[in-house]
Amino acid sequence: MIALEESTPRTKTAIRQNPAVELEGVGKRFGAKAVLDGVNLEIVPGEMLAIVGRSGCGKSTLLRLMVGLESASEGSIRIGGAPLRGPNREARLMFQDAALLPWQTVLENVALAASRTPDRREEARQALQLVGLEERAKEWPAILSGGQRQRVALARALASKASVLLLDEPLGALDALTRLEMQKLIEEIWLREKFTAVLVTHDVEEAVALADRVLVMEDGRIIAEIRTNLSRPRNRSSVEFITLREKLLGWVMNGAKDGGGG
Amino acid sequence: MKHPWYSSILPWVLPVLLVTSWQIFSQAGAISPRVLPSPLSVIESGIRLTKTGELPLHLAESFKRAASGLVIGGLLGFLFGLFNGLSDWARSLFDSSVQMIRNVPHLAMIPLVILWFGIGESAKLFLIVTGVFFPIYINTLHGIRSVDPRLIEMGRVYGLGPFELFQKIILPGALPSILVGLRYALGVMWLTLIVAETIASDNGIGFMTMNARDFLQTDVVLLGIMLYALLGKLADSLTRLLERWLLRWNPVYR
Repeated sequence: MIALEESTPRTKTAIRQNPAVELEGVGKRFGAKAVLDGVNLEIVPGEMLAIVGRSGCGKSTLLRLMVGLESASEGSIRIGGAPLRGPNREARLMFQDAALLPWQTVLENVALAASRTPDRREEARQALQLVGLEERAKEWPAILSGGQRQRVALARALASKASVLLLDEPLGALDALTRLEMQKLIEEIWLREKFTAVLVTHDVEEAVALADRVLVMEDGRIIAEIRTNLSRPRNRSSVEFITLREKLLGWVMNGAKDGGGG
Repeated sequence: MKHPWYSSILPWVLPVLLVTSWQIFSQAGAISPRVLPSPLSVIESGIRLTKTGELPLHLAESFKRAASGLVIGGLLGFLFGLFNGLSDWARSLFDSSVQMIRNVPHLAMIPLVILWFGIGESAKLFLIVTGVFFPIYINTLHGIRSVDPRLIEMGRVYGLGPFELFQKIILPGALPSILVGLRYALGVMWLTLIVAETIASDNGIGFMTMNARDFLQTDVVLLGIMLYALLGKLADSLTRLLERWLLRWNPVYR
């Protein structure tokens, strides 16, 4: 792993008591094929980490390991110091498609994740308010647009009060304008709620716009790490932004062989 | 989507036209009442049999038979489908055997059923139960197996227990398919009922028509046939209503 920039301090003060996520020598094989190979990663509480790479580089598998949907073939994953076994209760995964239950209303879908208490509907309503969809609470998911469905999925993840939010290309299926809106919304909510976020994406610009730190993956390994210490909200036409974006794009396109001129 | 004004009338045009011309031809004497009595005389005999209390009795008996067969066979099919859909080992143990038995037309078992149960009520019930079982079993199994795996994964990520997973994701996901099975089972149920009641029976619509045949009462025979058509249509409409209500989340059913 090559650290390209080390300008921001390594730790960031988290307002919530979020657990750190640590991966040590994590590997995952499906049959003979190694999808992940010796991944070492430490996610600081409250940070927004982005992972970019071509499709099939293992980035989605990495998230599935962190949320406990799969178990690692080798190495260890620790959440707040304790090794992860079974489903990770601290983490929530947001999928590329919203995965809403079509037979439940928007509110019921969000309430699914809220705590098992009498006021779970109230919690769900508050989460819907955060994403600006409280007046759609009674509708069926089928009549919402793709962007609105992803906002409901985001509200569901927020309602669960998880401290780690794993986003698996959540905006991949949206049109360009909706993507920009969603990116802004995610950034706003993250700044307010201060959860730890891991964003997997193939969109380099999205990674630079949102993340504190960007990892580049190739063939199941992390091949580069870039810190983006630009002020928020980020100006996408600034020289610094474009330089970072091009540098990252180089890594993604050319891989470890000739590291993107960086 | 707004339907044009005639869309609710259109399905009725053909039946009304058919019955009207049938009445006209009968009245004109073009059709012998021995072959085909006029619609009005069929209705008349219906009213007559209602007044004597025969028709309500036969209707009630047929309905009781059909309903108890549907409930028992449907419940068994649903439970078996559920069991085999949720458990891999149960499916590999039972499913191929069930598929094998399914390929025997259940009406072909009539001789055997009569040998086993005689010609009493249990033989009829057995036939309806076996007829209803398979469509519900197959569609329940298929419905459960085809629930979107991403939704199940989502449920696991959000920490749903096995019961919640079943109640909130698997059962509602399988419901459209189960209801298709129910509609199909209703068709099989009527068919089996007719056959079972014509074999040997001393009540029910089937008995009424067979009895009328012996006395050359073509109008009563026709009445029986029309009743089967009406009951079948009624059952189908009720299932459609059930579908519309249970699957109201699905834009296809609205």
